[in-house]
Order: sequence, then C-alpha cells, then structure tokens
Amino acid sequence: MGLTITLKVNGEALSREIPPERLLSEFLREDLRLTGTHIGCDTSQCGACTVHVNGRAVKSCTMLAVQASQCEVRTIEGVAAPDGTLHPMQEAFRQCHGLQCGFCTPGMVMSAIELVQQCPQASEAQIRERLDGNFCRCTGYQNIVKAVQQGAEAMGT
Amino acid sequence: MTARQGFIGQSVVRREDARFLTGRGQYTDDITLDRQTYAAFLRSPYAHARLKRVDTEAARRAAGVLGVFTGEHFKDVGGLPCGWLINSIDGSPMKEPRHPILADGKVRYVGDRVALVVAETLEQAKAAAALIDVEYEELPAVVDVAEAAGAPVHDEAPDNQCYLWQIGDTDGTDAAIKSAPHVSTLTLRNNRLIPNAIEPRAANASYNPADDSYTLYVSNQNPHVERLLMCAFVLGIPEHKMRVVAPDVGGGFGSKIFLYGEETALVWASKQLKRPIKWTAERSESFLADAHGRDHLTKVELACDRNGKFLALRVNTTANLGAYLSTFSTAVPTILYATLLAGQYATPKISATVKAVFTNTAPVDAYRGAGRPEATYVVERIVETAAHELGIDPAEIRRRNFIREFPYATPVGLTYDTGDYDATMNQALALADVAGFAQRKAASEARGFKRGLGYAAYIEACGIAPSSVAGALGARAGLFEAGEVRVHPTGKVTIFTGSHSHGQGHETTFAQLVADKLGIAMDDVDIQHGDTGKVLFGMGTYGSRSLAVGGTAILKAVDKVIAKGRKIAAHLMEAADTDVVFEDGVFKVAGTDKAVPFAQVALTAYVPHNFPHDKLEPGLNENAFYDPSNFTFPAGTYICEVEVDPATGVTRIDRFTACDDFGNVINPMIVEGQVHGGLAQGIGQALMEHGIYEPGSGQLLSGSYMDYAMPRADDLPAFAVQTVKGTPCTHNPIGAKGCGEAGAIGSPAAVINAICDALKVKDVPMPATPYNVWRAAR
Repeated sequence: MGLTITLKVNGEALSREIPPERLLSEFLREDLRLTGTHIGCDTSQCGACTVHVNGRAVKSCTMLAVQASQCEVRTIEGVAAPDGTLHPMQEAFRQCHGLQCGFCTPGMVMSAIELVQQCPQASEAQIRERLDGNFCRCTGYQNIVKAVQQGAEAMGT
Repeated sequence: MTARQGFIGQSVVRREDARFLTGRGQYTDDITLDRQTYAAFLRSPYAHARLKRVDTEAARRAAGVLGVFTGEHFKDVGGLPCGWLINSIDGSPMKEPRHPILADGKVRYVGDRVALVVAETLEQAKAAAALIDVEYEELPAVVDVAEAAGAPVHDEAPDNQCYLWQIGDTDGTDAAIKSAPHVSTLTLRNNRLIPNAIEPRAANASYNPADDSYTLYVSNQNPHVERLLMCAFVLGIPEHKMRVVAPDVGGGFGSKIFLYGEETALVWASKQLKRPIKWTAERSESFLADAHGRDHLTKVELACDRNGKFLALRVNTTANLGAYLSTFSTAVPTILYATLLAGQYATPKISATVKAVFTNTAPVDAYRGAGRPEATYVVERIVETAAHELGIDPAEIRRRNFIREFPYATPVGLTYDTGDYDATMNQALALADVAGFAQRKAASEARGFKRGLGYAAYIEACGIAPSSVAGALGARAGLFEAGEVRVHPTGKVTIFTGSHSHGQGHETTFAQLVADKLGIAMDDVDIQHGDTGKVLFGMGTYGSRSLAVGGTAILKAVDKVIAKGRKIAAHLMEAADTDVVFEDGVFKVAGTDKAVPFAQVALTAYVPHNFPHDKLEPGLNENAFYDPSNFTFPAGTYICEVEVDPATGVTRIDRFTACDDFGNVINPMIVEGQVHGGLAQGIGQALMEHGIYEPGSGQLLSGSYMDYAMPRADDLPAFAVQTVKGTPCTHNPIGAKGCGEAGAIGSPAAVINAICDALKVKDVPMPATPYNVWRAAR
C-alpha cells in the first residue's frame, strides 16, 4: 500500500514510504514535521501552504506527495541562509511590518519570492494581482505589497 | 510619560517576526504529543431536526477508533455558559436555553455537533464519523431576523425572543421626534460576517493520570477565561488541575474569545481515553461552526432642526444571536452597541430598543468591533442621509453637532473622557484632498463613471472596562488585567501578561514600554503570554484592550519593582529611601554622585548579603492587577472616495483616508498595521463579505472560500492612514486608547455613504456587490 518517494527537501535528499493519497502539505507537516507550511483551507484558496517545487510556487495541498518524487522542494524553513541570515524577502517583510499573526506568512513569502523571480519589475497593481492566491486577514495587504516591492529591490541587487 | 530611552513612539521592528518568517512559529496544530490521537466531529446537515436515533455501533467497530461520544455522554455535564446577563424591559432575565457540548435531542443549525469520534489517525476518525447512522426528523427552520417569530428554536422561547432591551429616554426621544421639523429615516441591514482567521480553530487536550491534571493547547485569545469557563461552569474540573496554553495563534478577530464545545468535548474525552486528542477545524467547519458576526436589522430615525442640529435619535434593532448563546453574544447588540449611538455628537435625546432573537444559524458573537461597527453604521449612515436631505455638506453637519466639552455624559450611559473630533475631521479632509473632489468627479463623469465621497466619524469604547460597571450591566466576569514583572539576578526581566497576542505585536510593544520605564535594553526584556501555567491570571485580548488595560497592569508592576529597588538602593548607598530617585536605569541619591545601576540592585535582591532584611524580603518580583476606571474612547474620521461603473455596478475605491485619535502611541508602525487590517475587514463587509443562509433549508450558502468573498490583495486600495497628535486617555498612565478595531468600525459607513453619494440614492444594501449597486443605480 505504501509508495516510496525520493526527493530533496530544503537541499536534503531523502526517501520515505507513504500512502499514495498523502498530500504534499501533509507529507511536509506530518512526516517531515516541517510545520512552517500551514493549512488554512480545504479548497486550495488561501495559499498558506505554498512551497516551491522545482522553483515554482505550488499550493502543497493541491499536490500529492508522490507527484513531488524526484523533485526539489523548498519550504519556508529552507529560505534563510544556513547561518540564519534572512532571505531579502523575509527581511523585507520584517522591515515593512508585512505580517501580524504570522499564519499566512510562510505561504506569502514563498509566493512573493517566486513572484519577483517571474516578474522582477512588477508594479503595485501587478503585485496585488499576482498575490491573489494568498489570503491575509490581518494586514490589509498594504504592508505585504510594500514588502514585496522592497524585497524585489533587494533581490535584484 | 517621558521617553528617556526613546523606545516609546518609535516604529521598532517586531521581535516576534523572526520566528514567523522562518517557519518556527508554533501554532496549536503544530503540536503533536506522545501517543497522539485525532478527533473528528459529525455535524448536522440540517438546520433544525430532532435526533430520533444516533447509531454509533459501526463507527465504534471501525479501524483505529478509540471512542465515539454523543450527547448521551454529556447529559450530566454543564452546558456552555453565556457570560453576560441581559434583562428585558419588563425586568425578566433573558432566555438562556441549554447550550450542550454535543447535541442533546435536537440539532439547531447546520454544523451543530452531533458526535465526536476519536481514532489513532485523522483519516480513521473521519472515516468512522461517516459510519454513524443518524435518523433526523426535520423541523421547520428560521434563519432571518425579520422572520424569526416562525418556528421556535428552543421550547423556552416560543417566539424566539431572547430579550427585548431598551436604553435611553424613550418618552423624551419619542416626543422630540414627533415635534421635530425634519426626521430622516433609514432601514439598514448589517450583514452577517464570518470571521475567517486564517488559522482555523484547533485544540489538543491531554489528561495526566499521574496527578489527575489536564493540559489544553487551544487557539484562543484568552486562555485564563477559557480555563475559568470550562472548569467552573462546564466540566467541574478544579482550575489548579487544568493548564490552558494558547501558543502562537493565527488571528482571532473575536472568534477565538469564546468557549466552544469542541475543545470542551476533547478535554472531557481525554480523561476517558487517557490519550491526548487533537482536533483542527477544516475550513468548512470554521464557516459552519465558528461564531459569526453582526446580522442586525435596524430602523433608525434622526430628528434635526432646519440647521441640521440633531434633536433626537431613535433606533430599533433586531439582532440575530443564532441558535445558542455564545460566550459574549448577548452583550454585543446591547452594551457594546446601543451605548455608542451618540457617536461624536451632542444629540440630546437618544433611545434604542433591541430585540435579540434565536434562529437556526451558527451562534453570533463578537467580531472585530463587536457592536460598535453596527452602531457606527447606523449613526453615520443616518447623519449622512440627513445632510443630503437638508442640503448641508456632510462634513459641516457633523461639525455642527460635535461634542466639544469633556468629560461628556451621553444619553446612553457612557462618559467620554476626552476627544477632539475637529482635529481628526480637519486632518482627514486635508489628507483626502476633498477640495479636489469636484475636479476628480468631473473627470470620472467624462469617462462615464460615477464618483462619490462618503464620510464616517466614528467613536468606539475600548479597554473594556471597569469591572463594577460591567457587573452592574450584567457581566458575569471581571474585566481587569494582570501583569507580572520578574526581575532576574542579572537585571534581565521577564514580563508575564494576561493579554494575549494573536498578531498584535505585544512582544514588541510591551517590551518597548518596559525597557523605557526601567531604562534597560529591549533585548533584556522578554514577554510571556498565553499560558495559564506561567501567567498569574488574565482576561485576554479583545475590545482593543491590551495596551490600555494589560499594558497598564504591567506598568503598575514595574512601578512596584522600582519602589522596592529604591529601598534596596537606599540601603546600598546608605541614604534615606525618600532621597533616592530612579532615572535612566540608575538609582541615584539626589544632589550627590552616589548611584547604583538597576542590575546591581537586582543582583543584591537575589544575593542579599548586604540587604535590609529587617525591612524587605529578598527577591525582585512583583505583580499587579489593573481595573480601569472608565472605557477609553478612540475616535476618528474616515473618508472614502469611490468610482462606480453604472453599467456593471462595480465599485472601485479610489482613495480611502483614515485619521484616528488613539491617544498616545507606543509603536506607530504596529498601530498603522492594525488600522490597515481593520479597514480591510470593514471594506470587506461593505463590498464583498456576506454569510448567507438559505431561507427554508437553513443551509449556509457562503460556506467556503469559493462562495464567501474574502478580500484579496487586488480587491483593496492602498490606504492613507494617519494618527493625529491625539488627546491622551485621561485615566490610564500610558494615555493609550486602543487601535485594533477602529478600521473595521469606521469604514463600512464611509464606503456605503460614498456609493450612495455617487449614485445619488438613499441606500445601497451591504455588501454593495456589483449586483446590489447595479440594482440601486436603476
């Protein structure tokens, strides 16, 4: 009944036997105990579970863990430098007060990093449009948008 | 307060962010205990039905199942208590039907808890729940406040009325309205909202047979209140045998204040099974079974003279309480609502009548603003309507009626201590460039769009409240706050606060306050909250009370530390206590060069070799409780400018300006962030969000993110937010008033007023969806 998957998570190669119906989000949270990836809904709307799979932002609740076999997965735990230095996007969120309760934050940061990689010159309107897969109930998005702009600038330098 | 260290008033970057940004936050669902089991709730698919048979046999025998529990198991357990008694006009107490932990004979709303299944895995628990065979006998359901008199939800309230309550001078108001030269009238619905903190409610309950004690991890805004209610009123567990931990909490907005049946059932079952039990709501469960907000139907009349001077305000509201009384539900449409109907105006006569009704819907309780957004909506919509009817500029009619002398006793029970409503109005007018509106309107019209301007000058009562007043008004709990300052031998400090942060940034703001007062580095101050095993007591965070009430409790404890430190320092310097002053973190003998730093006093307190043992105990650890003498009264002016496409009904907010008076501000960055978030929820209410139950079936139609319109980044404008150099609160030493709810309170009326102005119509129903706006434009 179990399937064995082999993948890289935050740079570490690993192999696990899992039930075929296991979602990537569950695999990360329950099997690997990477609880920074959050679950906020059951309809793939909220984006709190966003991670990177081969560099693209993916809602990990919409993907089976087996689909991530042979892939490189990066979660919020793998974004900062090994010495703890925050990624420019994380730092921008902190400087701009782009988070309050912190629950949407991991998914928001993962989406923001990919957004800037895909569209480094995004305007405010484009940032707002491209963040529409991530809900935040605390910030009203204003400081998130500011953080993405500031993070984009820092990532470009 | 002096700003010696320069922390107060600074936008210090938040200390809690590092863990949230790196995935190291610890929310309830992140905690997995040894021998963990998992729970699933079977919920009613019917709005109202008799439970003829609940057969759990197959579920109990299913793989991995450890226990299946139904209402039968909770027959001898108390129901969930309501924390606020409201009496009707005739003096009779509100109807208070039993609110069972699991449904007891009947289900009363879609999502009502029928059974709890506990299994080794979540999948097994869910699969087993599906095997429970329930025979329902469907009963007629009522969902709408206007039709609540239909089928009774509870036998003890045959007309579904919980209470009929009144405040103000009814006869005087009636007479003033009768003889007034102009009366404006509106009938308003305040749409039902579903709170939707992004972290769903969650709980993990464990029982330790070694000492007959319990630990409950729960996503909650007030762990001590949760413990008190659960232990003393429901399960009969001694409080010292129960530890409640609310770790990182992913947003609350009111919905996590309340004691719910889910965690209560888990705690009870954890003793039966002697295993820890975890439950995390699916989003569908959050929609169905979190306490909802608002849902009022109101008729309002405002009497004015020809110059727009307000003479009397009469309000008649029906409030939907849902199927059961949630923890603070009864206070929301009364004490937290009708007492705010004076707004910022010196209206001489005001009366309000509130009928609260049961319906077959989810319980309704406090949601960001709790009563005050509803009051502001009523007042600011009717004021704007009167301005248009009398041909007076909406800003001007407000100015003609502003309260300008303080303290001011309103006709509805409150005394405003201070305020300056002209200041926020003037600043908002300038910031919004109202002077340039006519030009922008002409430009919109040239493109075939309608442009409108809407105001809201809100007031709120925060920092709830003096316990004695709350008690006289029916509160069954005190409303103080507690704080403890534990000074360590090296002079580092741990603060324990009864306030709870679920996004508000207390770990930063409170540290700024304490570091400033003690003259030490912020890094030397740690803030602990959310654990009844650590924090002495607490009433928690809601009603924008953390800084004004919780912060003051901390400051009082700091004052005690300084007072004791002064005596220790006096002993060390061989001076009289009264000659010792404390400045910039140093105890000094006035007029000399004798000085000992705070850290040395701390060390002396714990290594008391040279210590005034005859006068003092060793150690440096103080706590304080603070019960405020009044509410605080934040106020402000919000101005919304919209552009409406008359062909499609789509409304675009072109500018939104918020000028608030929060009194003294500790961290402007955090305060601004709080306003942003409040505005998003208020604008969400005005334009998008609506909890809709289908009449007849009582099904929740907007029960997922596919149906309930949550504001996304591209639904909202960039806000212009400023705090005015405010009028500090007069009765707490910080001078703070609270800022957490203002945005949600002031914004809905401003948005709807702007749309009405654009379309030149009297009313547009909330939410002003394209369809509602398009219809109104016709």
